[in-house]
Amino acid sequence: MTVDVDSAAAAPAVGPAPGEVVAPPTGAGVPGGRWARSRGALLNKFLLPFCVFALFVGGWYLVSGFALTRQQRFMLPLPHDVIRVGILDWSNFKVILEALRYTVIVTFVGLAISMVLGVLAAVLMSQAQWIESSLYPWAVVLQTVPILALTPVLSFFFGFALTSRTIVCVIIAFFPIVSNTLFGLQSVDRGMHELFTLHHTSRFTRLWKLQLPAALPAMFSGFRVAAGLSVIGAIVGEFFFKQGNAGLGTSLSVYSSRLEGERLWATTLVASLLGIAVFVFFGWLSRRVVGRWYQPKRG
Amino acid sequence: MTMTTEPPPSTTAALRFSGVSKKFKDGTVALTGADLAVAPGEFVTVVGPSGCGKSTLLRIASGLDKASDGEVAVHSKSVGYVFQDATLLPWRTVRDNVGLLAELEHMDKKERERRVRDAIDLVGLTGFEKHLPMELSGGMRMRVSLARSMVLAPDVFLFDEPFGALDEITRERLNDELLRMFIQSRFAALFITHSVQEAVFLSGRVLVMSGRPGRVKAEVTVPFDYPRAPEIRYSAEFAALCGEVSQYLRDV
Ligand SMILES: Nc1ncnc2c1ncn2[C@@H]1O[C@H](COP(=O)(O)OP(=O)(O)OP(=O)(O)O)[C@@H](O)[C@H]1O
Ligand SMILES: [Mg+2]
Repeated sequence: MTVDVDSAAAAPAVGPAPGEVVAPPTGAGVPGGRWARSRGALLNKFLLPFCVFALFVGGWYLVSGFALTRQQRFMLPLPHDVIRVGILDWSNFKVILEALRYTVIVTFVGLAISMVLGVLAAVLMSQAQWIESSLYPWAVVLQTVPILALTPVLSFFFGFALTSRTIVCVIIAFFPIVSNTLFGLQSVDRGMHELFTLHHTSRFTRLWKLQLPAALPAMFSGFRVAAGLSVIGAIVGEFFFKQGNAGLGTSLSVYSSRLEGERLWATTLVASLLGIAVFVFFGWLSRRVVGRWYQPKRG
Repeated sequence: MTMTTEPPPSTTAALRFSGVSKKFKDGTVALTGADLAVAPGEFVTVVGPSGCGKSTLLRIASGLDKASDGEVAVHSKSVGYVFQDATLLPWRTVRDNVGLLAELEHMDKKERERRVRDAIDLVGLTGFEKHLPMELSGGMRMRVSLARSMVLAPDVFLFDEPFGALDEITRERLNDELLRMFIQSRFAALFITHSVQEAVFLSGRVLVMSGRPGRVKAEVTVPFDYPRAPEIRYSAEFAALCGEVSQYLRDV
């Protein structure tokens, strides 16, 4: 920074006052420095979830090993049996991976459609109170309607294959995107709105330069929730619409009817991993997009 | 609104309130018969008890609110308005925040970039162009807010307690710099503050408002010429003026 010497006589040196310092880069200034900080992060991010996981597996062993008899164990096989039969046996695992492919397609297509429709719907609702009042309740209804009730009409128009599954996926993943985005669009500070009002900003400019960027953090947390739900949506869809290529949901219902516990649980495991993967991906994407300027407040 | 006779052109004020009242929908009366005028190139401050309608005054002057009664005349090509909060867009860098209003006014890109550079220089933030608001101190954020308005070269400038949230040292520095801008650009300024010292240091006239419903109760003329050295704050005359304003504030 340069100091304007000419004006320094009339007014003191230009520039921030002694007390005004730019925030140090994160990591420095923390007691113990970067190492203690990253150790804390490591503990929070990996060790604690892992402990919970260990407890969970322990509980599983207890239930499966002691609460169930050998004849009942098909309901919840021992974890290592699940791994051995469902995953390490390549002929079984190959089938699961093949099914995973189709579930992934439905998940991604369904999620993409939900994102586009959800954001559009939220933007529309943010434009006028009457639009919000007339549409929002139906978004809620759409979320609560039992998929079972929709099966006949969906299959009549869209058949029993991928299209219907994708629609089920969209129905399930749509709402959190709408509600989060709408919340984000409406939570813009009043002062900022007035700043734009003072300069006679058009609706579109206000949306594009103020509301949408401000809504991004909320929007992304909606995407994240919806990402997990879209996996569930795809699997539920496969449960009801079994024609065409089998997905994880199709396999689940087959294994479940054949009492093949190991393959059932291996498939469930893979489905969960898919859910975690999309969830983590959107968390990462969100940090990439808004992490630089948005820091969530800690309670 | 009632019409009053137009003042003769030679005395055309940049900003004139005649008998302005404001009653909100909920029945709150914020202003009753407020009269004030700011001449072009004049710096006027307003002090008054909290809730007496100071912000309302500025909101009406800027057009954000409408007066319920009385006449408001603003002769200006461009009005600047600095809020109590810096109201920066957190996702924009200092440079892009400073350029925001020019962008909203569709200023030519070349011209905008030049003015943004000058404004950043003027408030002493050169070198911080790429920083985000999150990475700035409160005082620096306020500088960005000032620079953002300066880009449009306003001829009427409204300030709603812009330095109210800052510490004393930063506030005094920004006062000095604001006066430097004022001398350079000679806009008409209507500046609201809680601080009597700030009011006397900055302005040619200090208006004292009554409690709610607010109106202008008293006026103190500050005889110091511009530019003002920071040291005048410690002069006996300065102290006497502050005492006078404080006295009026107690009486209202
Ligand atoms: N939109 C509104 N609706 C109803 N009452 C309002 C509204 N805005 C302000 N008021 C009331 O009008 C009065 C004046 O408000 P104003 O914000 O102008 O006060 P102020 O002098 O700026 O106060 P402060 O010094 O605390 O900022 C207050 O009593 C406030 O409660
Ligand atoms: Mg106020």
